[in-house]
Amino acid sequence: MSTPVDEIGLSTTGERKAVTSVAGTAPGQDWVIVTRQLKRQYDMGGEIVRALRGVDLAIRRNEYVAIMGPSGSGKSTLMNLIGCLDTPNEGEYWLNGMLVSEMSDDALARVRNKEIGFVFQTFNLLPRASALQNVELPLVYAGISADDRKKRASEALERVQLGQRMHHRPNELSGGQRQRVAIARALVNRPSILLADEPTGNLDSQTSEEIMRVFEELATQGQTVVMVTHEPDIAVHAKRIIVLRDGVISSDETRAQYAVKISGERVH
Amino acid sequence: MKTRDAIGLALSQIRVQKLKSAFTLLGVTIGVMFLIAVVSIVEGMGRYVEEDFAARLIGSNTFTLRRFSNVGPGGNRGFDARTAQRRPLIRMTDVEAVRAAIPATMKSSIASETFKYAAAPGARPRQVQAVATDANYFVIKNFAVTQGRAFTDQEVRAGSPVLVIGVEVAEHFFPGLNPEGRSLRIAGVPFTVVGVIEKQGSVFGFSLDRLAIAPYSSPMGRIIRPQRDFSSLIVQAPSQADLPEGIEAARGALRAFRGLRAGEPDNFGLVTQDAAFGFIKQLKGRLVLFGTALPAISLVVGAMVIMNIMLVAVAERTREIGVRKALGAKRKDILSQFLVEAATLSTLGAAIGIALGIGLAELIAALTPLPAAVAPWSIAAALVTGAGVGIAAGLYPASRASQLDPITALRQE
Repeated sequence: MSTPVDEIGLSTTGERKAVTSVAGTAPGQDWVIVTRQLKRQYDMGGEIVRALRGVDLAIRRNEYVAIMGPSGSGKSTLMNLIGCLDTPNEGEYWLNGMLVSEMSDDALARVRNKEIGFVFQTFNLLPRASALQNVELPLVYAGISADDRKKRASEALERVQLGQRMHHRPNELSGGQRQRVAIARALVNRPSILLADEPTGNLDSQTSEEIMRVFEELATQGQTVVMVTHEPDIAVHAKRIIVLRDGVISSDETRAQYAVKISGERVH
Repeated sequence: MKTRDAIGLALSQIRVQKLKSAFTLLGVTIGVMFLIAVVSIVEGMGRYVEEDFAARLIGSNTFTLRRFSNVGPGGNRGFDARTAQRRPLIRMTDVEAVRAAIPATMKSSIASETFKYAAAPGARPRQVQAVATDANYFVIKNFAVTQGRAFTDQEVRAGSPVLVIGVEVAEHFFPGLNPEGRSLRIAGVPFTVVGVIEKQGSVFGFSLDRLAIAPYSSPMGRIIRPQRDFSSLIVQAPSQADLPEGIEAARGALRAFRGLRAGEPDNFGLVTQDAAFGFIKQLKGRLVLFGTALPAISLVVGAMVIMNIMLVAVAERTREIGVRKALGAKRKDILSQFLVEAATLSTLGAAIGIALGIGLAELIAALTPLPAAVAPWSIAAALVTGAGVGIAAGLYPASRASQLDPITALRQE
């Protein structure tokens, strides 16, 4: 007897055990991220911390998704797994049709380089390099020639309206400008997903709005964006909001549904 | 990542941290500097010995017939004392046989020498280097007689007790006087001084100006060789290329004269400059070995400094390593980044060391009698050593950096 399976290869019966047995079936073209029963636990000095207890997540191309959750909910762990910085103990992770949960270190490095554009809370720009050099970095590791690098990096900086500040160092730029350099760096290798971890965590509210407008514009242009945040005000910029609690997905809603829910919570 | 990008990155890192890089380089620079200086001086000494010293002590393009060929350590290998005792002395008949056989373009000179006491009124007796020879000796040795004259073939034939002395002998026995025509007793026998040789200086502390040269046919011959034989016959060829021909002619003639059968070993020695200075080459080898041991220690210290600085750099740049890994740097990219940085640093240090070392060698050559000659191989060796030290020292820190977990590295403050 075969288990009914939907177009992304996920079980529609709700029998999770049966789902993991479909290992190796790649999801359809439309799906950028598909996880099946993703589990991750850490050994903290003899004590096992189960950060993710089985996450099933599917994100389509061109979606703009926010992942929320209180601290300890496992959202950082999920972000590390999605970003291919870490590998799960159990379960599958398909990124753009590739089963990355089984990959070697070097293969993961390649995937991070080609498929993922990171935007960090603390920007993580190299302090001694110019904006242009920072944006060139992913292209250096992609083995692209110096001329092409310069061209593509300056294009990416133009895209975030920083064409005039290419040769400035991070300490000569404002927080918002730094984050825009980081966004340009994330986009320069045309990744499948733009993965942002608390992108406005170090910015004032006005600059946060400015960065959110950049994200929205990118999403409108067709860029898949996954943003991890704990701020509801920021999360509502996404079209879909996933909330994690105790290592599992507790809700997965559209912006409208989520907005109604928080406004309700605020009334009470 | 491409190698060119890795080197560019290393150079920009070095540029950004000039002072720290300079300190990092110091050990390698000093090591290489002394290495180059020592090798240059030893090399210079070697050349000095081969070109100058050899020419002065033995004469250029010469070979020497002796009873034994023992010069320097190991020369006596291969025969025992009894066989040695049976070796015939070198007599006038041997000399004539050899002279008849060698090409006419070659000059030869009978020379016996030993140290004997010389005495003259008004000065303390003193040891001199007594030589019994013929007129060719001055030509072969390239001795210029600046005061008075050398003795003539006629005086040699007559066995006249005439004496040509070195500058030191003249100054000791006849201070402030013209030694010409004065009497000097060698081992109690009076000789008349006819000339003084131009100052020769000294080689490794051995004065070449204590000579007292007289005809071999004069009483000097008996004083030096009571058995009336000769210590050596020096033969000078017009050029280095003609030497083997002369040596073979001399060997053949003397073997025939002495009736040696084929297969019997030579019962005489034919010594060339090369053989005579084989031991000096050996000495040079040892000097290079000891002379480079000290800089080598400095290089080890330099390597440890680089390793230490690189470890600090890895710790300081943990976050950067995390970012690079997140952006797609593979292990080998990080490994090569730090390796190339260490190698570039130490090669740079070596290059500076080479320049300083050449300068130091030139300075020593200018201020002391030690000569200097920069050996091209030592420059190549220093560069290779520099790069090697960097790679060796960078290996551990670089591998630590490459193995960092990106998540942990990114979390680092």
